[in-house]
Amino acid sequence: MIKAILIFNNHGKPRLIRFYEYFAEDVQQQIIRETFHLVSKRDDNVCNFLEGGSLIGGSDYKLIYRHYATLYFVFCVDSSESELGILDLIQVFVETLDKCFENVCELDLIFHMDKVHFILQEVVMGGMVLETNMNEIVGQVELQNRMEKSEGGFSAAPARAVSAVKNINLPEMPRNINIGDINIKVPSLSPF
Amino acid sequence: MSDVVEKTLSALPSLLSLDSQAGAGKLSPSSKLGNLIKGITELTSKHEEETLIKKELESIKEQVASPNTTMRQMKEIMVRAIYCEMLGYQASFSYIHAIKLAQQGSVLEKRVGYLAVSLFLNETDEFLLLLVNTVLKDLQSTNLIEVCMALTVVSQMFPKDMIPAILPVVEEKLTHPKEIIRRKAVLALYKFYLIAPNQVQHIHSKFRKALCDKDPGVMTASLHIYLQLIKENPESYKDLTGSMVTILRQVVGGKLPLDFNYHSVPAPWLQIQLLRILAYLGKEDQGTSEMMYDVLEESLRRAEMNHNITYAILFECVKTIYTVHPKSQLLEKAAECIGNFVLSPKINLKYLGLKALTYVVQQDANLALPHQMTIIECLDHSDVIIKRETLELLFRITNAQNVTVIVEKMLEFLRLTYNVWFIQTMNSVFSLGGDVMQPDIPNNFLRLLAEGVDNVEDRQLRLFAVDSYVSLLQGETAKLPQRFLQVISWVLGEYSYLREEESDPGSVMRLLARLLDQRHTSTETRSWVLGAMTKLCSSPVYTAIYWQNLHCYSTERHWLYKTKCLSSLFKLYLTTLIFEVDLIISCLSWLWCCFIPQVDSSLSFLDGYVSDALAAGAAPYKSPHQRQEDLVQEKALSLEPYGLSLPVSLSSCSITDRRSPTLLSMSSGLSGNSTELSHQEGSTTLKLEGVKRVWGKDGYLAQQQSAGETPTPLVELPSPLLSPQSPPSQKPSSGLEPDQEKRQLASSLFVGLGSHNSVCLVRLPSTVWLFIKNCQSANQSNVVKSLFKPFYINSCQSALHNLLDSTTVASEGGAATTTTPQQTSQRTLDHTTSNGNPHVEGTEQRVEAGGPLSLIRGNGMVAVVPPRDLPLTSHLPAELSGLARSEFTPLCSDQDSSLALSACRVYKEDALVLLVFISNNNDSALHQMVLQLTCKELEVYIFQTGLNNKVPLFFSEIPVGRSRNQDRNTRVSSNRDLEKPRIFCESFRNFCSPPLTVSTGDYGKMWLSFSHDLKQNLRLVTTEHQEPLTATLDALKGKLHLHVVDIIGSEGIVACRLLQGPGQGQPCLLHCRVHADSLAVWLRSPVPELPDSLLYHCQKALTET
Repeated sequence: MIKAILIFNNHGKPRLIRFYEYFAEDVQQQIIRETFHLVSKRDDNVCNFLEGGSLIGGSDYKLIYRHYATLYFVFCVDSSESELGILDLIQVFVETLDKCFENVCELDLIFHMDKVHFILQEVVMGGMVLETNMNEIVGQVELQNRMEKSEGGFSAAPARAVSAVKNINLPEMPRNINIGDINIKVPSLSPF
Repeated sequence: MSDVVEKTLSALPSLLSLDSQAGAGKLSPSSKLGNLIKGITELTSKHEEETLIKKELESIKEQVASPNTTMRQMKEIMVRAIYCEMLGYQASFSYIHAIKLAQQGSVLEKRVGYLAVSLFLNETDEFLLLLVNTVLKDLQSTNLIEVCMALTVVSQMFPKDMIPAILPVVEEKLTHPKEIIRRKAVLALYKFYLIAPNQVQHIHSKFRKALCDKDPGVMTASLHIYLQLIKENPESYKDLTGSMVTILRQVVGGKLPLDFNYHSVPAPWLQIQLLRILAYLGKEDQGTSEMMYDVLEESLRRAEMNHNITYAILFECVKTIYTVHPKSQLLEKAAECIGNFVLSPKINLKYLGLKALTYVVQQDANLALPHQMTIIECLDHSDVIIKRETLELLFRITNAQNVTVIVEKMLEFLRLTYNVWFIQTMNSVFSLGGDVMQPDIPNNFLRLLAEGVDNVEDRQLRLFAVDSYVSLLQGETAKLPQRFLQVISWVLGEYSYLREEESDPGSVMRLLARLLDQRHTSTETRSWVLGAMTKLCSSPVYTAIYWQNLHCYSTERHWLYKTKCLSSLFKLYLTTLIFEVDLIISCLSWLWCCFIPQVDSSLSFLDGYVSDALAAGAAPYKSPHQRQEDLVQEKALSLEPYGLSLPVSLSSCSITDRRSPTLLSMSSGLSGNSTELSHQEGSTTLKLEGVKRVWGKDGYLAQQQSAGETPTPLVELPSPLLSPQSPPSQKPSSGLEPDQEKRQLASSLFVGLGSHNSVCLVRLPSTVWLFIKNCQSANQSNVVKSLFKPFYINSCQSALHNLLDSTTVASEGGAATTTTPQQTSQRTLDHTTSNGNPHVEGTEQRVEAGGPLSLIRGNGMVAVVPPRDLPLTSHLPAELSGLARSEFTPLCSDQDSSLALSACRVYKEDALVLLVFISNNNDSALHQMVLQLTCKELEVYIFQTGLNNKVPLFFSEIPVGRSRNQDRNTRVSSNRDLEKPRIFCESFRNFCSPPLTVSTGDYGKMWLSFSHDLKQNLRLVTTEHQEPLTATLDALKGKLHLHVVDIIGSEGIVACRLLQGPGQGQPCLLHCRVHADSLAVWLRSPVPELPDSLLYHCQKALTET
């Protein structure tokens, strides 16, 4: 079973946190810090498996992680999961994100945290792997989005009209938020 | 209208964020979340972040409390709250609103509400009760998305007690027409099973239905449940084996729709799951296992190495094959597969390979053998995880023979990782092992503490050590070993400052002072303690206590202690207490008083030392002007001819007639030109092999070498192989290639693996080499009565050739005693028994020290005196008399054979004992005998110095195999009259005892696996009533304790192994064939030098018969 899924950036800032087992709020933060500490110390040329996080699990648990550009995707699993299987599941998840966001980057994860959660819900449900087929996942997510669109459609029409008018008066919107290079380059992933 | 505008405006931000799905460019930074994130990214410190988030939370709180907030706004607020929670800031006020959102919102708002609930709450939260009805309602909704959301939140967390309320509805969903609903329902039920197994007992049949679902996705989901169920209770699900096998066969066979392919591998995750289930089912069940052999083989075969995920399947497959009832054919294939993992350059696969090995070696430790080198490499891998896995693997193959090496490796690893554990372990090691420990253990420990850069980790380690010691000292210290106390006081002295701030600064000082007071504290320890206190007293607080103690203990009579006191005082004076000059002066004068009565101008306390040194042959003290004269004389001496005529004897080498390790090591110990010379001169020259090159162009070499090192230059007469100038013998392993070191390590790690404990695939080229080097240490016995006419019997046989190290006996006969050391003459007898006959040559005789030096070449003074018929058997110690032994071999004797050395080997079960007898064949009794055994790099144990009235008995054990760089001198002296003194040395090794018993089949296997071979013709032994071959082999068996495996026609196979040493247990195989008049012998061994030396022994043994 998957116990937790943590996504944080190179500086340890959490981007998505999902626990499938109950941990108190402060313990969760400790786990994130500890995991970041463990993972960030590792070079890219060492193996993607880690054992011995003291807070989460203990000996039966291991961390399986992948590092993409600015983000670490860490899955904390128990011994009933296959290491390489989870490693590819992360890949599936990231590729799905890439499909849903079109060239996913760290900013997408920040601003659409809820959507990332919804995508994740279609991959892993309550700690169990639900779906590994990328097309299926994308299909489910799109199904929901269509509802979103249609629902947005009813009320959004007048709103859009208004916003077009009001936009002139709005303070100038900053186009860029400079958080450094935060593109996740999915297509150029090495097989490991 | 304005109302409407107002409303839409307020909804604007969330709308914007909705629209902006695609990429960073279209993000809506103007939304509140956007602002928040922007704000956070601009911050520089954690503190600023805290204030900002607090402010944000305040505003969220305000907004959620306001009745005007719409559900749409609420949804946006929830996302912000989730964000804050993710960063670790409590937003508990928003929980209830999350539930409200889930209850009342439209589909999209509900979704965020559910998400927030599942992120904020846990199963025990009372808020969840509020959600039950909503979930129930949504489960029954006709909207698929609502049902999905409800099932998702249920599987994420649901109050245990409320499961019955929704269970029927969820059950119902198992028959839902949509497969995604069925699938989620299965997983939700699985979750229920995990948190409340008894509540879903009745629906096990429905699980079966799910397993047979027409949609593979639902079936896959149901495998989660079955994996768990079968893991808990495999017996009741054996009937499913057939189905599982069928499913796997279909999956592997590509019967699933192409949608399920991942990188063209059909449903890999499903395969993994099924393989795991099969492993549980087939474990320890032959019948069930037999059902799955085919499909396992199929999936092993189908999994072509093209992608990561196929390795995942392979790994699972291997594990399953090794878990179920074994089938040898499959096991072999699986073992091959492990090779693919272990040898892969990809680090992840390597890791899994090690994991697989760890798993399989529990069944068959030999599987680790083909991967030894990889394992050794992984042991030094930069990745800690790989290292740890390797240690785990080593742990699984630990046996009695390799346990020390493995534990060493583990400690090394721990040292790097777990400070606290390390200190604690070392503490118990010290307290239990204490004084019997080798002194280098505490030394290494202290070095470890002291080494390293002064980073946080090191400081932590030290601080922890200090703390643990302080608490130890606060307890009962009486039982702590002295050595541990010394370690403690050193550490406290060095590192107490680390804990200064947190405790009473005087406490450490007081603890140390208490240690001084205790009776059981030895003088040496006290000086350590005092040293520690001196270090500590740089802080004035300590000094009061310190002074007290200094006063008390300077009265101590022991000089070592007093010296320490003085040096402490001096340091104190230099560092801190200058302002207390008066005090120091008083103390000094007082100390002085203590010293005065002991001033001994005659230095009589050194008498013992001087007499010892003199007895050992040291030159007596000479005043400076005398030394000047000596120097002049030495310089005047021309040594050219002597230097030229110093050859290396090749006689021994010419016997083996080939490259021999001895020759190599010898030439390394000698200068180049003398080696060349000796080549030219051949075997007719002087037999000087092993004799130290005492004379050189620069004069007497021993003096140079011993300068500052030993007070006994005369006696110190080791063979060149031993002298410090020959680096190879000093550091045998220094010249080895790293690769060889690894091999060596491999051999020590994997020793004991393999059938018969001797089949070993390790090739260990360096072992015997090392081993021989070890043997080239001196075993010098010096018998000196007075300083009159000492002579050496330097029986320096190459260790390889006679199992005997060079034995130097310096003894003197005659009763007259003189006090003029100028008359000292010395003779060195060199003796080689390489051809079986003792051959004694006097090589030099000279007058030592102050007298005029004369050089008399000893060529003509050869005295070959085979000792008289030695009734030595009667002198065998009782415990050895019953054992098999070789004949007594006379080694050498002095000129008139008044003093003779002979030796014999006794084969004990676990060791080879070398007995050396010193016989005094003279009528005049020796009145005093000082025996010195010097062993470099070897440990010398004299474990018996039993004396009867006439025969001093020295029994020393010299186990080989541990190479130590320290020099050990063991000195035994006896003042009894003696006629036949004997020395028993338990020596190093023999090839052949106990014999290696192997069957012909095993012999064949081993033969193929050994790489180092050697062919040679040997002489056949002919007797009247036996076949020549049988006779020869019997002779070898008798002499060398070889094991004759089989004799077929004119061929015979023989096996043996090394008894002791680094190559302990290494086998050597011989294949003998009668060829014309000679015996063609073909030797093979994993160790390159072993055939070589064994061949020599065979030659010798056959020559003797």
